[in-house]
Amino acid sequence: MRDVAVISFSQAKSVRREADRNEVEILMPVVHEARDRAGLDKRVDFICSGSSDYLAGQSFAFVSGLDSVGAWPPISESHVEADGAWALYEAWVKIQMGYADTALVYGFGKPSMGDLPEVLALQLDPYTATPLWPDAVSIAALQARICLEQGVVTERQMAEVAVRDRRNAKGNRFAQLAGDFEVEKLLAEPYLVSPLRRYDCSPISDGASAMVIASGEVARKVCKNPAWITGFAHIAEPQELGVRDLTRSRSTEIAAEKAGVGKGRVDVAEIYGPFTHQELLVEKALGLDRSVKVNPSGGALAANPIMAAGLTRIGEAARAISEGGARRAVAHATSGPCLQQNLVCVLEG
Amino acid sequence: MAELCGVIGIGQTHHTAARKELSMPGLLREAAERALSDAELTWKDIDAVVIGKAPDMFEGVMMPELFLHDALGGAYKPMLRVHTAGSVGGSTAIVAASLVQSGIHERVLTVAFEKQSESNAMWALTVTMPFAMAVVAGAGGYFAPLIRGYIRRSGAPEDTGIRVALKDRKNALKNPYAHLHLPDITFEQIASSPMLWDPVRYLETCPSSDGACALVLSNEKHAKRAPRKPAWVHATEMRSEPTYFAGRDQVIPRASTDNAKSLYKKAGITKPREEIDVAEIYVPFSWFEPMWMEGMLFAPPNEGWKMTYEGATALDGDLPVNPSGGVLSSNPIGASGMLRFAEAAMQVRGQAGEHQIDGAKKALGHAYGGGSQYFSTWIVGSEKP
Amino acid sequence: MPEAVPSLTAPHRLQYTYKRSTGPVLGRFFGGLRDGRILGVRRKDGSVMVPPKEYDPDTGEALGELVEVGTAGVVKSWAWVSHPREKQPLGRPFAYALVQLDGADTPLLHAVDAGGDERRMTTGMRVRARFAAERPGGIRDIECFEPTDEPAKGKAKPLAESELPAPVELVKVPVQLDYLYSAGQAASRFLRGLAEGKLLGQRCPVDGKVYCPTRGACAEHGVPTAGEIVEVKDRGTIVSYSVVRVPSENIQVELPFAAVTILLDGADSTFTHVMSETKLEDVHMGMRVQAVWQPRETWTTSMKNIKYFKPSGEPDAPFDSYKDHL
Repeated sequence: MRDVAVISFSQAKSVRREADRNEVEILMPVVHEARDRAGLDKRVDFICSGSSDYLAGQSFAFVSGLDSVGAWPPISESHVEADGAWALYEAWVKIQMGYADTALVYGFGKPSMGDLPEVLALQLDPYTATPLWPDAVSIAALQARICLEQGVVTERQMAEVAVRDRRNAKGNRFAQLAGDFEVEKLLAEPYLVSPLRRYDCSPISDGASAMVIASGEVARKVCKNPAWITGFAHIAEPQELGVRDLTRSRSTEIAAEKAGVGKGRVDVAEIYGPFTHQELLVEKALGLDRSVKVNPSGGALAANPIMAAGLTRIGEAARAISEGGARRAVAHATSGPCLQQNLVCVLEG
Repeated sequence: MAELCGVIGIGQTHHTAARKELSMPGLLREAAERALSDAELTWKDIDAVVIGKAPDMFEGVMMPELFLHDALGGAYKPMLRVHTAGSVGGSTAIVAASLVQSGIHERVLTVAFEKQSESNAMWALTVTMPFAMAVVAGAGGYFAPLIRGYIRRSGAPEDTGIRVALKDRKNALKNPYAHLHLPDITFEQIASSPMLWDPVRYLETCPSSDGACALVLSNEKHAKRAPRKPAWVHATEMRSEPTYFAGRDQVIPRASTDNAKSLYKKAGITKPREEIDVAEIYVPFSWFEPMWMEGMLFAPPNEGWKMTYEGATALDGDLPVNPSGGVLSSNPIGASGMLRFAEAAMQVRGQAGEHQIDGAKKALGHAYGGGSQYFSTWIVGSEKP
Repeated sequence: MPEAVPSLTAPHRLQYTYKRSTGPVLGRFFGGLRDGRILGVRRKDGSVMVPPKEYDPDTGEALGELVEVGTAGVVKSWAWVSHPREKQPLGRPFAYALVQLDGADTPLLHAVDAGGDERRMTTGMRVRARFAAERPGGIRDIECFEPTDEPAKGKAKPLAESELPAPVELVKVPVQLDYLYSAGQAASRFLRGLAEGKLLGQRCPVDGKVYCPTRGACAEHGVPTAGEIVEVKDRGTIVSYSVVRVPSENIQVELPFAAVTILLDGADSTFTHVMSETKLEDVHMGMRVQAVWQPRETWTTSMKNIKYFKPSGEPDAPFDSYKDHL
């Protein structure tokens, strides 16, 4: 396996609605910044992006993203219809096989244009589930109730996650929801879709993020503090809720094992938990103990720029190492209903 | 640095306008089961699944790979979904190959599909956004002016496209999986078929098909154990350029020729027309054959049409192009690129049945997409690279 | 960088009724629903999966042994939707629930009508299917589930071939999503210009080329077209064209028509519009054309302000002036 490191990362501030800029206008400065910060003396060898046509309601919505990167002369480039974290995986593989030494990865989305929880109903089984139009919050709530009733999580723990993440987010100028909240006050709030309350849910965020990764030889030359990717794996579960154990994230457990999370001490974990109970399930699945600093960025509960949020977890974990002095960090990304597909990335300084 | 990658199983569906007897999972499984059977493997033997398809609007499911991957034995395995517009079938195979070439996985199943009959392809391709004025009607409407540009710059005879269509439609008769089988097809029939977007006629246009294609890719260890000779991946390459900028050559885009140069270099090919025995090229409208002959550097600029005219691209020509009947005969959009890659692999494995080019040792698989801006290609060979 | 402007927005509706062929297993399942029956499929370990699939989700192995389960069962989990969305199964507050039917080993996702009262919902309660009066085919042939006192019925019933319901081979699923489309900075500037009868282009700061219209990026250099705003003439040259004879749902122009790619005087980029006031066979590359605008009082922020282009009467542009745009 080749050494690969994150050598730069950039993100847009997540906002509820980017009223005045289209996707390209949001993405371009982020891509430029990631590229400038990387300090490479020539173009990257490969570019990969993640996005979803359905966020924009337009076929080929991802094509416009190419306008941001200056694809001239022609570039080697690909795209996944998924969060940028999976685009990063594809780029990492290209470096592993020796096809590339450097890669630019980005993810972006403007979910504010549609009704995101309703749009996500389209991710479900088209024959037996989508026609019932179960929105994403309702689906997550079904899992939350099972976890609560089986004592896997408590409402108090869920509220504590929300408090912790949004307090951490105060130190993150890119986060959308930040502040000090009190557990008792939160627990007194009405349910949104029981048993989930509004604070249990990530916000809807327009945003983008970008990252440059490089092989060892290049990283050592250009980057003072590269964050080395020492483990990288992802696993998908069957989608049907009825055939899965919704009280644990089995795919995260498997991915964590393959990525070697348990091989050493974890200082920081950046977890993509779109709902509080899911963040708790992932924490468990990663096998983190209480000493780990979870979501110093605030995680998805502070900002959820869908299609970029997973990549941002990896970027924040990398920053924790290259700027924050952490020695070993774990980043996680998720996709699909109820933590269906999970990706784990281990980074070291 | 890269590990060897071999294609050890190939499967595809019988493509047709609407596979009414199949569900979406059923469509993918038909191709995947054939590929597994070709490799004499089962779902359990696969380490990872890579799925490719074109815009989700075609089937009206957001990220359908999420609900489909377990139909491909993908539960609790890694799964990726590629989307690079029309070239996606090719890009998907390239991503799958990279998982093997990087040494990360040993056996990968990759499936590309489209079940277009669930909606309407032309609608899905050109959903009109606000403030725009809808003038472009489907892919044909987009490409017709480019084709006219090619005819103008090359001086190609106006019936070049008809000759391509005739050849591909006759070739399809030798391909049991092809969608369009037109047994009595003649030059006159094509020439007198309705003009859709001048200069493209109805019979010079691809159909809208339901279909899927599947490949099982493996490392050398498993390729050696496979029951049939593998098609070895010699090289893969991808290039993209922007949809539009002032002065962009949209007819023979540089992304195409840059891709070709890099691909041939990686494959150790210096004389492509001589060294490649057969090519499966993405030709959805007849004129793209001469255009891509130039785009893939088989012919000098403005002379691609001569290859068609001289019969070079016929089954008995020196560079048969699309012996399968190509995209003109079957176009499940998400799968079409992988079908080109698969047919190339079938040729070097001697597996192409009636449309086999005898003694094919090196073959090119090619796909393009978007506004002629995405190009994915591979070279496969009967011998190791 | 030009001054920021508020972006123009407009509603965008994505709408299609998909025709989904169901295949051998779901076809029977939906056939059952039509008949007021619920089917499941037996997995290798003998357990019964509802809804049935033609493959085992854990292994990918083919499945096909259909069995009948009860139309009542137990709520395994539920979520209370206090503010239903229009497309959802009930108009008053209701629960989505995972319902494990009698004889099934996996729960089915559906809706439960608890009379609008969340207090009636508990995990473990029994519910029974309420089949819709009209059953066009599909999962909504079950309108929802409702609380029931009906006792549990027991095991799944094997079905002989003759006992299988006639299949529903195709289900129609309407998919409609509403978006608020935002044009963004550059496009908004352009569209506002159009509302005043002007064609506004913007320069790429790297090479000075004028893009009209623009979505804000010079894709060649990967930079915003943040240079000077330039007014471009509404007359130009045809660099390519196509005669369209095939109808398309999104096009409102009468067939056949010439779609022309035009290089406007002053611009370095091209765009596509419609040609009129000329015979189709007379349209050619190099032809000089002039925009014909709709009446001024109808102008909005849209390209439709230009009705079409007509020949300007000038002699053809020399090939060199547009050859780079072919």
